[in-house]
Amino acid sequence: MSRYETVIGLEVHAELLTESKLFCGCSTEFGAEPNTHCCPVCLGLPGVLPVLNRKALDYAIKAALALNAEIASYSKFDRKNYFYPDLPKAYQISQYDLPLAKKGWLELKVDGQPRRIGITRIHLEEEAGKSVHSGESIIGSEFSLEDYNRVGIPLIEIVSEPDLRSPAEAHQYLERLKAVLQYAGVSDCKMEEGSLRCDANISLRPVGQAEFGVKVEIKNMNSFRAVLRALEYEVARQTELLDSGTAIVQETRAWDEGRGITVSMRGKEEAHDYRYFPEPDLPPVVIDREWVERLRSELPELPGPRADRFVSQYGLPAYDADLLTSSRRLADWFEAAVQEYHDAKAVSNWVMGDLLRLLKAEEKELDELPLTPGHLGEMLKLIDDGTISGKIAKTVFEEMFHTGKRAADVVKEKGLVQISDEAELARIVETVIAANPKSVADFRGGKEAALGYLVGQVMKETRGRANPGLVNQLLRDRLSRQ
Amino acid sequence: MGTTAELTRLTAHELSDLLRRREVSAVEVTEAYLERIQAVDGQVKAFLTVTADQARKAAQEADRRFATEPAESLPPLLGVPGALKDNMCTIGIKTTCGSKILHNFIPPYDATVVEKTKAAGAPILGKCNMDEFAMGSSTENSGFFPTANPYDLERVPGGSSGGSAAAVAADEAAWALGSDTGGSIRQPAAFCGLVGLKPTYGAVSRYGLVAFASSLDQIGPLTKDVTDAALVMNLIAGKDERDATSVDRPHPDYTSFLGREIKGLRVGIPKEYFVEGLDTEVREKVMAAIGALANLGAELVEVSLPHTEYALATYYLIAPAECSSNLARYDGVRYGHRSTTAPDSVTMFKKTRQEGFGPEVKRRIMLGTYALSAGYYDAYYLKAQKVRTLFRRDFEEAFKQCDVIASSTTPTVAFKRGEKVDNPLAMYLSDAFTIPAPLAALPALSVPCAYSAEGLPIGLQLQGRHFDEGTLFQVAYALEQALGLKRRHPEIPTGSGKEVR
Amino acid sequence: MITREQVDHVAHLARLALSDEERERMTSQLNKILEAAGKLQKLDTTDVPPTAFAVPIQNVFRPDEVRESLPRDLVLANAPDPERGFFRVPRIMEEE
Repeated sequence: MSRYETVIGLEVHAELLTESKLFCGCSTEFGAEPNTHCCPVCLGLPGVLPVLNRKALDYAIKAALALNAEIASYSKFDRKNYFYPDLPKAYQISQYDLPLAKKGWLELKVDGQPRRIGITRIHLEEEAGKSVHSGESIIGSEFSLEDYNRVGIPLIEIVSEPDLRSPAEAHQYLERLKAVLQYAGVSDCKMEEGSLRCDANISLRPVGQAEFGVKVEIKNMNSFRAVLRALEYEVARQTELLDSGTAIVQETRAWDEGRGITVSMRGKEEAHDYRYFPEPDLPPVVIDREWVERLRSELPELPGPRADRFVSQYGLPAYDADLLTSSRRLADWFEAAVQEYHDAKAVSNWVMGDLLRLLKAEEKELDELPLTPGHLGEMLKLIDDGTISGKIAKTVFEEMFHTGKRAADVVKEKGLVQISDEAELARIVETVIAANPKSVADFRGGKEAALGYLVGQVMKETRGRANPGLVNQLLRDRLSRQ
Repeated sequence: MGTTAELTRLTAHELSDLLRRREVSAVEVTEAYLERIQAVDGQVKAFLTVTADQARKAAQEADRRFATEPAESLPPLLGVPGALKDNMCTIGIKTTCGSKILHNFIPPYDATVVEKTKAAGAPILGKCNMDEFAMGSSTENSGFFPTANPYDLERVPGGSSGGSAAAVAADEAAWALGSDTGGSIRQPAAFCGLVGLKPTYGAVSRYGLVAFASSLDQIGPLTKDVTDAALVMNLIAGKDERDATSVDRPHPDYTSFLGREIKGLRVGIPKEYFVEGLDTEVREKVMAAIGALANLGAELVEVSLPHTEYALATYYLIAPAECSSNLARYDGVRYGHRSTTAPDSVTMFKKTRQEGFGPEVKRRIMLGTYALSAGYYDAYYLKAQKVRTLFRRDFEEAFKQCDVIASSTTPTVAFKRGEKVDNPLAMYLSDAFTIPAPLAALPALSVPCAYSAEGLPIGLQLQGRHFDEGTLFQVAYALEQALGLKRRHPEIPTGSGKEVR
Repeated sequence: MITREQVDHVAHLARLALSDEERERMTSQLNKILEAAGKLQKLDTTDVPPTAFAVPIQNVFRPDEVRESLPRDLVLANAPDPERGFFRVPRIMEEE
């Protein structure tokens, strides 16, 4: 047991899924040729003015509602002033003292118990551009190339309270946050495309101490796994320092993915003085109750409540419910399949087992598949009526996954119908008994396991099509006779 | 119709009448102005760029419309040439904002007012000189050269729209657009004997106007008489979807206010504007003009705007703070001047800005950066924003007792070039009467009311309620008619003019 | 009073490489202007809300519609140092 308690707060930036940018009509599409999604407004040419994208505001409010936050009735924009080549106006339009929303929370499960993580604030702001460096990284590069396509894409910044108590909790928070934002339909949260980014504040304090320790800010973590690894590294580093009596320095450190360590950015970043002041080009935003309620009514059931419902409505174990609701698409798929087939646990087993395994192996997304929930339902019915065995069903499922053919057609085409004809199976049982005298003797000598081997041999003879229950019964009957 | 000189002396509405009656062609009018520019602009130096080809093309197109379209459907300023302050972006035409840092900047877009001007068929003669980034009161802060006052070439035309004002006063353009942040239309209008209007904040789109202080900047007309000012306002006013601060309300036909009697209208006289520092002669002439309003039946009321003495201090915190942010984009990355000798970006930014900006701009950037910086925001910027509320309240109170507020536009007539250039505080004082209106977002108009003994114009300022430009036009027109002040056409030596192709 | 050191700090924040002579002059001029501005401190504004917008405007939006961007040659037309479709800038990190 560590002598220190870990305290973590996360600052997450998520790009919103609008078609056009926050303050101009340029497309937000990812991956375009450099500087082709630019206009006088996002390039910060002299004299241009921002006009707020209504949908971005709606999405930000929806995100805040999904995170149980209080929506401000009066909000405004501010300018955050700093010079950087990727920031065309040399200020970012953001929100300072009157953010869109405050005081939200997100519920995690820690050791099976629910735990609420506070969310301090959620605000709307614009993206900066992207620098491509001549060398391997910004450090040491002779020059950099600026691409302003990304400038002005709407972002929400979600700042958590320092409520997270371990790197694993931080990781779970991110997974949960991503699920909520995806459910709300406001962000695709693709870390690999940079549409979700995360910085962390982490400090350690002796167990039982009320005051926080000296905090360190960690940047440059490009995946959820990187966040986990960086925080774990940082816990170890700070523990070692504290154990040796060395004071922690308040600083910003960058995660070095290749070396698996954090490195100090001291001296690379000056102390900032952003000179925030109200953005005079954008009138304030006044949000009334009706507006908020309309957006709230547009929100789907969110993962937490949905998991609870899966437990109560379908009688699923909490583990299944959590996993199935981790993405809206998966949960929707599951529920559609339950419409087709009555046994929710059976559906859950197939979804969590074969479906997720194949998706992962093939690196596919659910909505790219020819396979539908109807396919699964039909196949499960074929198992029930004895047309196929559960084992054969795995083959059928994989075929449906790839081709989108219906279960009955796969069974017919591949000749996978289960053999339940007693006379036919009896003949095969006889052959197997004759060919395996040692196993027969073992079984009769009391070795129950030998029966399994013999069943396997019958399955092999029938290429898995034999009705396993019937084979079992036939073998026992035959072997009990002399 | 008469000689070139006679043509260029006409007001815009007089020219419009001639054009409509087909007594003169738009091409003839534009050529007359181009000739005039060639003759006198070497002395006046009102223009930074003359766009002769574009103007001629627009004039030809105007003539085509006069020939083919019914007269009543034609826009009033069709074929009537105007000029733009060089802080309004023009597609394909250099827009410098009077600054070396933008000496080579060619916008890929038009400001909304430029679009409207083009759509109305008014040929644009060129881009006018100005104090760099509209910061100044004399046009001496231009990054290129100072502009002269046509009434006395040794004197300043005022600023920052000094080029626009001088161009119209010297008959180098029939009308012009300027921009006003703390008096930059009204003060040069007063110094150059013109009508100048700063509209209510939000009445005219700022899209494409290079920003100085975003919460104060407004575009407005500089014209030879009140009728022209109303016509130009009709052209430029209105909601623009590209400017979120432009107000969504229909504007009246401003010319409909001209000729309405002012009997019973209450004219407020703010005692705080008639104080020490106001030149005696200016004071007498302005009071005489106000007397003329009383003779027309207007009721004179003494009003108080108690916070007037704080206007300069408030303005010189808010405007520089906003400018320090607005001018941060001039970093040498995307357009404009770049220092070529810097080994890294931070040094490049610093040297680019050091080389590109003039002393007044740097001074205000420094002042504004300081006023917004950590530890000083509350004491300076926030304090100024609060005092701004007091100005609004002052005016709300005053407008309970009166319909317009009359004063002198400036404390003095046009001063000599070089007189105040090394003394920023003295220079700032020349804006003392024009600064309150933008702080309260009110419309304010300067109308010529007299000439001094030396023959220099004196302007009377009228401040009105939000979006009540109509009453300002009504009173100004009544005064113009009552005074019958004939616009003097300054004698400008010709010959050493500039080349106009 | 604003000091020479503060002037240097502000000049750095504002990214201005002032000359020695300018720093000197700026210090004294800023002090004069700030002294004049100090006049505001005399006013009691305890319960006065700040005015950011002198005209009451709120909730001005545009629809989420994609408009055509500028052609890239126009995006880069004014660029001091265009490079393969990008804007090139010198080294971002200063030398250690």
